[in-house]
Amino acid sequence: MATVRNETAQRVPEADRFVSSAVRGGSNDARSGAETGPSRKLHMKVNGVSVAGEVQPRVTLLDFLRERLQLTGTKKGCNEGACGTCTVLIDGERMNSCLTLAVQCEGREVTTIEGIGSLEQLHAVQQAFIDHDAFQCGYCTPGQIVSAVACIAEGHATDAASVSEWMSGNICRCAAYPQITAAVLDAAAKMKG
Amino acid sequence: MRNFDYDLAQGIDDAFAIDGARTMAIAGGTELLNWFRLGVAAPDKVIDIGGIAGLNAIERTDDRLTIGALATLNQIGEHAFVREHAAVLADACLKAASPQIRNRATIGGNVLQKTRCAYFRAEAPLPWGCNKRVPGSGCSAREGLNERHAIFGWTDACVAVQPSDPLVALAALDAEVEIASRAGHRTLAVADLHLTQQEAASAGLDAALAETRLKPGEVIVGYRVPLHAGERSAYVKVRERASYEYALVAAAAVVAIEHGRIARAAVALGSVAQKPWRLHAAEARLVGQPPTRDVVFPILTAGLADARPLAHNGYKLAMAAGAATRAIVEAAA
Repeated sequence: MATVRNETAQRVPEADRFVSSAVRGGSNDARSGAETGPSRKLHMKVNGVSVAGEVQPRVTLLDFLRERLQLTGTKKGCNEGACGTCTVLIDGERMNSCLTLAVQCEGREVTTIEGIGSLEQLHAVQQAFIDHDAFQCGYCTPGQIVSAVACIAEGHATDAASVSEWMSGNICRCAAYPQITAAVLDAAAKMKG
Repeated sequence: MRNFDYDLAQGIDDAFAIDGARTMAIAGGTELLNWFRLGVAAPDKVIDIGGIAGLNAIERTDDRLTIGALATLNQIGEHAFVREHAAVLADACLKAASPQIRNRATIGGNVLQKTRCAYFRAEAPLPWGCNKRVPGSGCSAREGLNERHAIFGWTDACVAVQPSDPLVALAALDAEVEIASRAGHRTLAVADLHLTQQEAASAGLDAALAETRLKPGEVIVGYRVPLHAGERSAYVKVRERASYEYALVAAAAVVAIEHGRIARAAVALGSVAQKPWRLHAAEARLVGQPPTRDVVFPILTAGLADARPLAHNGYKLAMAAGAATRAIVEAAA
């Protein structure tokens, strides 16, 4: 009964309390933390749900999503912008959440993999990844799917060469690239028709 | 990552407090966050200039293209007018990084990215010497692994190259960078923004640390790209992976062809020095020649005669001559 989206909505109020109390108590890093220091009030929408709290400026959007909001669908791979598995949509544009400070998302709308499709109704891109066996270990998959949703919306999913180029920001070390490319093209065609 | 204070700038005036060390400006942050993680920088305060209204405009006047510092690489790369009239810049932007990084990375910050030298890009404390990271500690790449390093302009203090793609295109286009500070605005040729290690040493600056002519409190606010009717351009990036990879060597070419012959040529190389490397002598020799591989390649090869390759990067000479030749032939096609 619970959809992915509903699970997100249920988690956010708890996360709010966690954000506020953790920072008031002083936080060393996004995970635990003991150092006090500057913090900023933060308001954003995550998967359609308003989120408010306080956060140290150094906390990345990636850590904020995973450690504060417990939205662990967004993965931490390289944590330096080299792999793309942390890809989210910020105001509809795909970006690396590891290269974005949470405070830079004040007033913005963030969409994570938890906000794309639901258990009852998968997004066309999610279904296409299953149909084409477009993963092996699956670690890069949330980032691949978020990136693919944007790639299609941008109009770059026109042929295999364009998909390869415009999906190059998402590394798959299992090398499922042919299947990923096929899945993105298939989803693009189905979303059009 | 050390914590820091954070302010959101309302206007560019709010950014003039930056000194590049204790107080730094952030826009996209795609490079800065990695500096913070590695300990390349550890400011007390970061001023977010990313929200300043109007600073991302891409505009055309009669003979000029102006690009605000906050324009992202994807905005520039996919801009119809840029693609048509400054193809080399659009291509360089789209061949940089990845689609999701290009949605954040700005043209103002991109040119200030630091070298990809592996000895430099390591987490502090460094287990080896790097004069850029710890002044006086030596240059590990000078006698170490230096296949990706400079063939021009280096000194024993540092052999790093500048990795930006758009910077090379802007240099070939004779673009100017507009800089703002409390003292007002000034412009500089993009080709003069950066310093080679030799230039820094000649100016009495630290050969490893001084990388640009920007002063504390100065902020890049945009670029002016002169456009000339009939000019065509192309960008060639040679790399070990077809996409989402830094250049081994890059070449930007801008040419005007009249009656089948080169009337004007500008060629800038990337990833061969700590600045875009213009081949002025070869450019002059190309005038009057047909834009064919057989004619262009020997001229460009001769134009690299003063290169000083290191132990492992001699391949860059042939690669640079080849890439520049391709760029000219493609631009002229």
